[in-house]
Amino acid sequence: MGEKHSKRTLKEIANATKNRRELIAARLSRRELIKMGLVAGTGMLLPIKGLSARWADPNHRIPLHQSVSPPLVPFQEPLNTAMNGGMPIKAKETPNPNPSLAPVSFNPNPPTIAPNTAAGEGRTRNHQYPFDFANTDFYKISQQAGFVNFHPDLDPQYIWGFDGIAPGPTIVAQYGRRILMRNSNNLPGGPPPGGFGLNSVTSHLHNGHTPSESDGHPCDFYGTGQFYDHHYPNVLAGFASTHAPNGDPNETLGTLWFHDHRLDFTSQNVYKGLAAFYILFGPQDTGNENTGFHLPTFPDYDVPLMLADRLIDPDTGQLFFDFSSFDGILGDKFLVNGKVQPFFDVKARRYRFRILNSGPSRFYNLFLTNPNNLNQQIPFYIISSDGNLLPNPLLKTSVVISVAERNDIIIDFKALKDMGISTLYLENRMEQDDGRGPDDDDPLPAGQGNYLLKFNIGETVTDNSVNPATNPSFYALPTITGPTAVPRITRNFRFERKNGMWAVNGKFVGVCSDPPRFKVQKNSVEKWIIQNNSGGWEHPIHIHFEEFRMLKRNGVAIPNNSFEFGRKDVARLGRNQTIELFFRFRDFEGKYPIHCHNVVHEDHAMMVLWEIDQNGDNKTQP
Amino acid sequence: MSNINRRNFFSLLGAASTGLALSQTMPAQTATTMAGAAPRIDSNDDKIKKMIAASREKLRERFFPNVELTTHEGKKVRFYDDLIKDKIITLNFMYATCDGICPTITRNLAKVQQMFGDMVGRELFMYSITLKPTLDTPEVLYKHAQEMNVKPGWLFLTGKPEDIELIRRKQGFVDPDPELDKDKTNHIGNVRFGNEPMQTWAACPGLGKPELIVESLLWMDSGFKAKYLAQKEKMRTMEPARQQDHHQHDQKQMPESTAPGIRKGGRK
Repeated sequence: MGEKHSKRTLKEIANATKNRRELIAARLSRRELIKMGLVAGTGMLLPIKGLSARWADPNHRIPLHQSVSPPLVPFQEPLNTAMNGGMPIKAKETPNPNPSLAPVSFNPNPPTIAPNTAAGEGRTRNHQYPFDFANTDFYKISQQAGFVNFHPDLDPQYIWGFDGIAPGPTIVAQYGRRILMRNSNNLPGGPPPGGFGLNSVTSHLHNGHTPSESDGHPCDFYGTGQFYDHHYPNVLAGFASTHAPNGDPNETLGTLWFHDHRLDFTSQNVYKGLAAFYILFGPQDTGNENTGFHLPTFPDYDVPLMLADRLIDPDTGQLFFDFSSFDGILGDKFLVNGKVQPFFDVKARRYRFRILNSGPSRFYNLFLTNPNNLNQQIPFYIISSDGNLLPNPLLKTSVVISVAERNDIIIDFKALKDMGISTLYLENRMEQDDGRGPDDDDPLPAGQGNYLLKFNIGETVTDNSVNPATNPSFYALPTITGPTAVPRITRNFRFERKNGMWAVNGKFVGVCSDPPRFKVQKNSVEKWIIQNNSGGWEHPIHIHFEEFRMLKRNGVAIPNNSFEFGRKDVARLGRNQTIELFFRFRDFEGKYPIHCHNVVHEDHAMMVLWEIDQNGDNKTQP
Repeated sequence: MSNINRRNFFSLLGAASTGLALSQTMPAQTATTMAGAAPRIDSNDDKIKKMIAASREKLRERFFPNVELTTHEGKKVRFYDDLIKDKIITLNFMYATCDGICPTITRNLAKVQQMFGDMVGRELFMYSITLKPTLDTPEVLYKHAQEMNVKPGWLFLTGKPEDIELIRRKQGFVDPDPELDKDKTNHIGNVRFGNEPMQTWAACPGLGKPELIVESLLWMDSGFKAKYLAQKEKMRTMEPARQQDHHQHDQKQMPESTAPGIRKGGRK
């Protein structure tokens, strides 16, 4: 595979980029350029060759030393997957012959309930969930520097990754099996090559029903040479409250990820590579298409896709991070699973893709594009919202994914092959010129966006997975009406800009030793109203620990044909919008945050640290 | 790269009893799984050293124009060469007649200066650049610093309007709305902090807690942190002698007189 390009073609591409840059300097939007026909001639080449995005200059800065990534020819390398080893699945530590003991590889410091400070553990609080080593899978993961290849025409990129790779290895978890992950910080001291990143880390398991001490709280950071034992119970919400002892099956999670969450430095550390998938299977969502919900088999036909946009400094040839931006940062290189615009040779059958927008600030509006028939509407099924399967698949032709949101989709390549399609692109048609949020949700015309991934449809093979067209049922949604769904309290949160920083209810995140801004009573129901009075920016809001149901957006109930009707952990808060969220906070106590997941906003104080305890408080405007 | 079939994969996920079958069908380290981490990178490797030098140069070029400024003490300085290079710094923008957010931010920074004591001007350098350079002459800034009871080691800076504008834009202290950006009474109240040799840069709200600035600065350099802790210890033992001085300081600058020292390990 791979297309060879002559020097002349490459030069044309470079020239086209230069021309385009000059047009952009005149502050014309891409849509305006299209309208004016300016993208026709040489510019038409751009979306096809993957050069259509640019580094936005949100502050209308003087265009000195403008960093625009070097031109790259797309679709040169295969997608990294578990099957080809590019996205390896993390192997467990060999169990101890005595199943009640931790693996021998943990000696001389087997996991302890209290923090093992003497041995160099950075944890500060006891594990709330009891150990049961016979039912635990053990992992050792090392955060360290490494080199990875984004593209054959780029130098190997210096990154910080879990096990020294980016994305990190995928953790595959099972309900009913606990995980003890020893997470060591082996990042180097001294100045970080690339000029960004702090070697002080805390790994958040994004959307786990995880006790606070293992959640990866922004203040639970630890330094180089230390480790942290994360104990993931992999239990269903309600196991110690509403649905004891096994939890509510309708709270089952599937597509999780873990990423650095270091207070003030999350954007830098995740940009540097500290992110990985955590896939959770159970009795229904089994990872085997012959059982349970019959969803496509993992990892053959169930493929996580981590989207990321990055800038490459044309002078150093390395990742560039613009620390001077307070609005959000955009890259002009689109990575899927750590490769710039890869291709994926798929079989003609159904696949499940777990799409994650790993940030830092870009929103995507994803379509499937047939390059030979741009007008063709190509359907797919959305089966999940964030980590949560929807009650039923939704037939769509596009999906908008804000930062940290996930959507699992099913594409039937057999059906597409039968329609005569052999090549297909996953295309981002969202127009976004700066880090504050997309211009609007009105998609760009087909072929004028950014091609993220190319599918080459191959031979037809056996497919025992469920056909989403038969409208299979997955999990029901937790009830939000009736006597068990009366909020103890309604709280209000205003996400806003304040003198160049980002605040919630007029306040900044503060320091870790501050008392929590508010307290939620354990095993209670709450309603949160989240407001954005600005017409200038959007905020993808993430709440740790419990899934919510979105009740309303701007006073209107969420329709059941939207994926936002399902359980979620990230809520897109658009311009001048108010959203209402419904929560049950169950089973564990301890501290958690609510924050904007545009990680640049997050690092610039748009976070509230709160706590679950026995009593809760009555702060309606924390 | 060897692919694995589904049976192998599930045996991998499954109980230990299937481990034997696994080892018979696959090499110990397959393409699909990863047991250990990749080999570590040696920070002393020449390639890494070159990368560190290259990114340091890139940061200088991109964010720290070496323009000439004048301190409130009348000294000419170069922004990068004299104020940034090899230093741990805080940087914010203000102007002397500002009666909006500036006094609060300056008070917060005064608390930072107080917490670092004699380290300011030696280990830590604090800079406040005027947004109204034509009004804020060195003399005006000197008077302002006196009024705010600023101690040595914290410089107030003025210069050519276009040079200050260049620093401001390169540092990103710009409102995305051009109309709002022109309104200096509603300017950006952020405090940039960083460690130039460590290539570590971030920002925090100047209206937020000074403790956050202190703690963030400490995290960037363990040697610096050690000096701070020693300094704190020294200040604690000298407490009786300094009591009077502190008392006056608090009354003048911090009517709320909260100014707690940061707790040891307080961020954990």
